[in-house]
Amino acid sequence: MKSFSEIDTTVKRASKSIGFEWGIAEELGKNIRLLEMFGLAGLKNLNSYFKIYNQKQFQKISLISKINTSNIAYCPIISGTNFLDQVINLEKMDEINFENMAFPLLFLPFVSRSTEIIGKRIFLNIDEKEFLLNFNQSIYSNYLSGNIIDAAKKIKIKFIENKNTFEENEWQELYKLSEGTFVEETEQLKNSAAGAGLTDND
Amino acid sequence: MEIQIRDPKEVMKLSRLGSFHQSKLSFLRSFLQEFKNWEYKRDLLDLDENGFGVVIYSFKKKNRIYSLICFANKISDQERSDRVIATKWDAAFTLFDGVPTKQDIERLKQNVPKQEVGRMSFKELTLSRANKSVRIFDYVVECLSKGKQPDKGKLAKVGYLYRTTAVYGSGKFGLADRFRIKNREEIYGPFRLEMMLVYLVRQFTFDQVNHIAKSKNPKKAVTLDPNISRNLGIGNSTGLGMAPFIVNHPLLLNNWIMARETALKQIREIKEVKKKDVDLIISCLQNSKKNIDNWTTESEFQLLKINNLKKDLDLLLQYFLTKFDFEKEFSYNDLYIWAKNNLGEECLEFMVSVMMEPYEKITNPLIRTMSADEEKFFTIPIDKTILDLRKVLELKYSDILKIDFKKKENNQNFWFISKNKEEPRLANRFQDEGSDLEQPLAIARDICKLYERISNEKNSLKIGTFLMNNNDLRHVVRRAFITEKFPYAEIQDNTIGSKLMPIDMLRLKLSFFGAVKFDPRSDKWLRICMFQGAPLPTELTTSSDHWVYNSIN
Repeated sequence: MKSFSEIDTTVKRASKSIGFEWGIAEELGKNIRLLEMFGLAGLKNLNSYFKIYNQKQFQKISLISKINTSNIAYCPIISGTNFLDQVINLEKMDEINFENMAFPLLFLPFVSRSTEIIGKRIFLNIDEKEFLLNFNQSIYSNYLSGNIIDAAKKIKIKFIENKNTFEENEWQELYKLSEGTFVEETEQLKNSAAGAGLTDND
Repeated sequence: MEIQIRDPKEVMKLSRLGSFHQSKLSFLRSFLQEFKNWEYKRDLLDLDENGFGVVIYSFKKKNRIYSLICFANKISDQERSDRVIATKWDAAFTLFDGVPTKQDIERLKQNVPKQEVGRMSFKELTLSRANKSVRIFDYVVECLSKGKQPDKGKLAKVGYLYRTTAVYGSGKFGLADRFRIKNREEIYGPFRLEMMLVYLVRQFTFDQVNHIAKSKNPKKAVTLDPNISRNLGIGNSTGLGMAPFIVNHPLLLNNWIMARETALKQIREIKEVKKKDVDLIISCLQNSKKNIDNWTTESEFQLLKINNLKKDLDLLLQYFLTKFDFEKEFSYNDLYIWAKNNLGEECLEFMVSVMMEPYEKITNPLIRTMSADEEKFFTIPIDKTILDLRKVLELKYSDILKIDFKKKENNQNFWFISKNKEEPRLANRFQDEGSDLEQPLAIARDICKLYERISNEKNSLKIGTFLMNNNDLRHVVRRAFITEKFPYAEIQDNTIGSKLMPIDMLRLKLSFFGAVKFDPRSDKWLRICMFQGAPLPTELTTSSDHWVYNSIN
């Protein structure tokens, strides 16, 4: 088994070798390590992408907008880097769409890391595959295959507002149960158990 | 009185970093302190009459066990080489997490001696190899087998029976990744497991030499006197492989230096200095004079430094004996100011190390701060502005911004990774090929480029937007914002100039390991000694923490 440290270093070097700048190569090392840690086939997808990277043309987007379409497939690495760099502005758009992206799994870790910057979860659709990206701590998904995904027709990124998954009445019900661990204070306990002064602001 | 920590622009110059010495904060010393109460055991010694075979040692506490597995092999004299290009070694080692099974030992026997071309698993934590000292190993065997102890003077010239040529950890060649073990309480300090490996390898060298002597002459042989063993360490040959580490791990570098600087600051802030503490410092200085006399090297560069150290050490001792005023408040601060004005860098930094000796209460809490979670600060703060970046560059890199990279001599070298051994190398940009594959280690040059690039940008421009068209400098944008938070994260010098002495970078790292007797063999590699004078494993519980100053032959 290759260690994550080996994966990080080798990916960084391979990425520089294929033509990316060192700074982006550093990002890719961390990203593929992240995908592999989460059990997603990062290295396999990167390797496949690099095999065609210099043979085919890919759209290298700079400024990301709400809807991004291109006849030439978007490069997932440049798209991802710019997504990461622009996420504070992009968040205001609520939802971002890409059409036609090559090797979209390579785009995913950039989005995952963006959740940490903005402090919000992101729901990512790669065609029919769904990923809930949780503050770069975990990924919840309906996609478990370790296969190569060489293209996505549609990618949807939805910023999720920070809110609880439960209703107030459900909270109250549980809170009431938790009160079962509290002791009702007698007058004696009120005077002796708190430890602070008996009068306020004394 | 509040003393400020020293200015990074003073401390982080290469010549200063290359004058650092071991201290109480050094990893091999803090390792021994922390593992004092662990149960040491030799679990297996299965060597033939020539000392070839397998030996296993362990450290145990509660349910945690670390086992060092040693494989001693036969190699010819022609095959023995310290260089990283070697493929065979007298012995190879791995530190195993737990107790190895027979299957584990069999698997490791096939892989550990191959080192870089073998494969380890997540059960193995560190990996190393070592060669016998041609100068003294056979001599010691010979003496012991004849019932005599070896000559101490002869041993002093070498200082070790074996010399390691690399110690690997943190996921290299399939070893366990750091994340698997980083939450273990006993290894919170940096390089704990590497230090454990080297320490147990030292014991292996004694056991092997005793075993061979005994096999050679069972009736007459004696075992190596523990007083002699104690004064032998483990040698190490270190090449350029270590140099990029300190550039590639800015946060870790900061935390090491910050611990040292904080210790110095707190010592200088001591209002009333106790005589017993000063006596300990003086005694360490006096004892170390003998060690410095035993510090041999053929390097003119190092000889000059050693001679200056000897001369300055006399001045320092003279100060202690004639000028140091106990009655006066903050006398350590006076001492430091005097030393800064009167001593060279080598002795000044030696003094800083020795001043820590009486102050465990200051150093022990700092040891806990010397690891780093580098991932936390990896992401570039994209919401900051060009004005923020400009301020960081002007404040934190002002000396670097003065370097003129249009001048050939400031741009002379480049760092690259050798295809043969995947190790860092340094070459002349104007004579050698390969500069198109330069590693991103010319931080000073790239910082200057970045400063020039932002000169025409609007102050209000966000970093995220700036990066859209400037990803070629992304790596230094990241570093600048790390350095903003961590003052000692960056070497404040040019790492590609014609005057670069790469061994300064090696020595910085090795001093934090706790190495002594730096012996440069060129400007790109050196030999050192580790654990010389350290207590033997069976003596750990009762040993003194100041052993390093007593390692006299």
